[in-house]
Amino acid sequence: MSLIKGETGEWEIVLGLEVHAQVISDAKLFSGAPTTFGADPNTQVSLVDAAMPGMLPVINERCVEQAIRTGLGLNAKINLRSIFDRKNYFYQDLPQGYQISQYKDPIVGEGAVEIDLPDGKTRTIGIERLHLEQDAGKSLHDQHPSQTYVDLNRSGVALMEIVSKPDMRSADEAAAYLAKLRSIVRYLGTCDGNMDEGSMRCDVNVSVRRPGGELGTRCEIKNVNSIRFVKQAIEYEARRQIEVIESGGTIKQETRNFDSGRGETRSSRSKEDAQDYRYFPDPDLLPLIFTQEYVDQIRATLPELPDARKNRYIKDYGLSPYDAGVLTAEKETAEFFEAVAKGRDAKQAANLVTGDFFAMLKRRSATVETSPISAANLGKLLDLQADGTISGRIAKDLFVAMEETGKDPAVLVEERGLKQVTDTGAIEAAIKAVIDANPGQVAAYKAKPTMFGWFVGQVMKSTGGKANPKVVNELLKKVLDA
Amino acid sequence: MSLDKDTVARIARLARLKVPDEELAPLAGELSGIFAWIEQLNEVDTKNVEPMSSVSDVTLPMRADKVTDGGVAAKVLANAPGGAVYIDPSDRNAGGFFTVPKVVE
Repeated sequence: MSLIKGETGEWEIVLGLEVHAQVISDAKLFSGAPTTFGADPNTQVSLVDAAMPGMLPVINERCVEQAIRTGLGLNAKINLRSIFDRKNYFYQDLPQGYQISQYKDPIVGEGAVEIDLPDGKTRTIGIERLHLEQDAGKSLHDQHPSQTYVDLNRSGVALMEIVSKPDMRSADEAAAYLAKLRSIVRYLGTCDGNMDEGSMRCDVNVSVRRPGGELGTRCEIKNVNSIRFVKQAIEYEARRQIEVIESGGTIKQETRNFDSGRGETRSSRSKEDAQDYRYFPDPDLLPLIFTQEYVDQIRATLPELPDARKNRYIKDYGLSPYDAGVLTAEKETAEFFEAVAKGRDAKQAANLVTGDFFAMLKRRSATVETSPISAANLGKLLDLQADGTISGRIAKDLFVAMEETGKDPAVLVEERGLKQVTDTGAIEAAIKAVIDANPGQVAAYKAKPTMFGWFVGQVMKSTGGKANPKVVNELLKKVLDA
Repeated sequence: MSLDKDTVARIARLARLKVPDEELAPLAGELSGIFAWIEQLNEVDTKNVEPMSSVSDVTLPMRADKVTDGGVAAKVLANAPGGAVYIDPSDRNAGGFFTVPKVVE
């Protein structure tokens, strides 16, 4: 728990998150129109999505399955019976005049997520619920001086709203929660987690109180679309609330927007009485009912999730919790690492992947999928080192050559003559040359044995780094100490 | 339950219905009458009865996750109440926007 110091003492932040995650499906929640991102305006709209009179919603089976899958991934209670309600409000990008959502009886109930904090500790954050609902369309305000343009392509796309309990106490915890949620849905294949394209958006509820005291009044910051902005928004909003209270004011429960350019939150003036959504069960839809067997069938197809994978890396591979966390946060990274580590020294593989390999990806702004070095080739690099074909120093050069050419390291070793020299005759000759050229250093060595490293360096240099360091050490010792 | 004038005005605003001031009081009276009539149902003991969400004994029909619709921008935009702008006026299915008076947040 991290406290914030105000003028009149310490304050504790209380945070709850509502995350909207777009369900991965081909068609929309209640219509057969496609969900792909970036199509021309209103070309992915059916008459159901446009709310033409007489159109009826028919639910997409896969969206139901994806919601259950996500619920299972959040260790949550799956409700075998849930209800769709109408949430009524007026807005130009909501042609029905209501959003089909779930209110009293959501498809998923309480669950829990374990978050990884920067200091290596973990904490459990409660999940309140997950429900299915329709996305709205998109308004464009900057296309015309006196008109707003509306594109309904997103209208009716399935969203999962995942509501946490007010269990988080700092911006770091909120960021860790969002990162873990994103990781879980990506492992599950239920949401692509792409915050840039809006497939994952977040509303943050912020309040402050005296440590352990009564809960304060909360403000809701709407539609924050990156983990970094979530942290910024929380830090700003908590400070603002503390200042208001300490100067004798009170916090008004309200909706606020985050201005990422200025790094501040502002009251959204509009929709003062929009809070009255007048929910009622949608008469167009029957209750959503399925069996426990159906849920169990889905459970049987769940992949290994990030926490389980992380624990396996710690236990089976002997990796540190930090390295295990970094390697398992993204499914693609974990799969890449496992391909490199398979049948090899896992710790060495982890060092190479989290070290030189990640640095290379960062430098090139590449991902595991677009990396010029494949997992198979990275593994071969480790093999070449392990069997003594190349020295550690050559391995560094070879890595750079692999990055530039994308070639198999064994081929590069042949092409460029990088094979380690273990032939004692050749190494002895190199040693003799170094000693003959440096009689002064040899004399100095007798008085100061720490000079030994200098000779090793010279021999390595004269062999272009290809001499086997172990053999050099042994032979050099013999000659110098003779 | 009886409704007062203010409540009726609020409900009307939420539903975007324009009700002149002088009609609020009579409307409140009528709506209160309807409520009183419905409230007779409270006399029935429903303590152990599940709320009925449908009269038909069928389960929610589901659809396979197949794209079967869309690509009908011309039809979708044909009835745009405030008009539409098309990307390519000679091919209305190529897409376009609904237009509404500017909504400033």
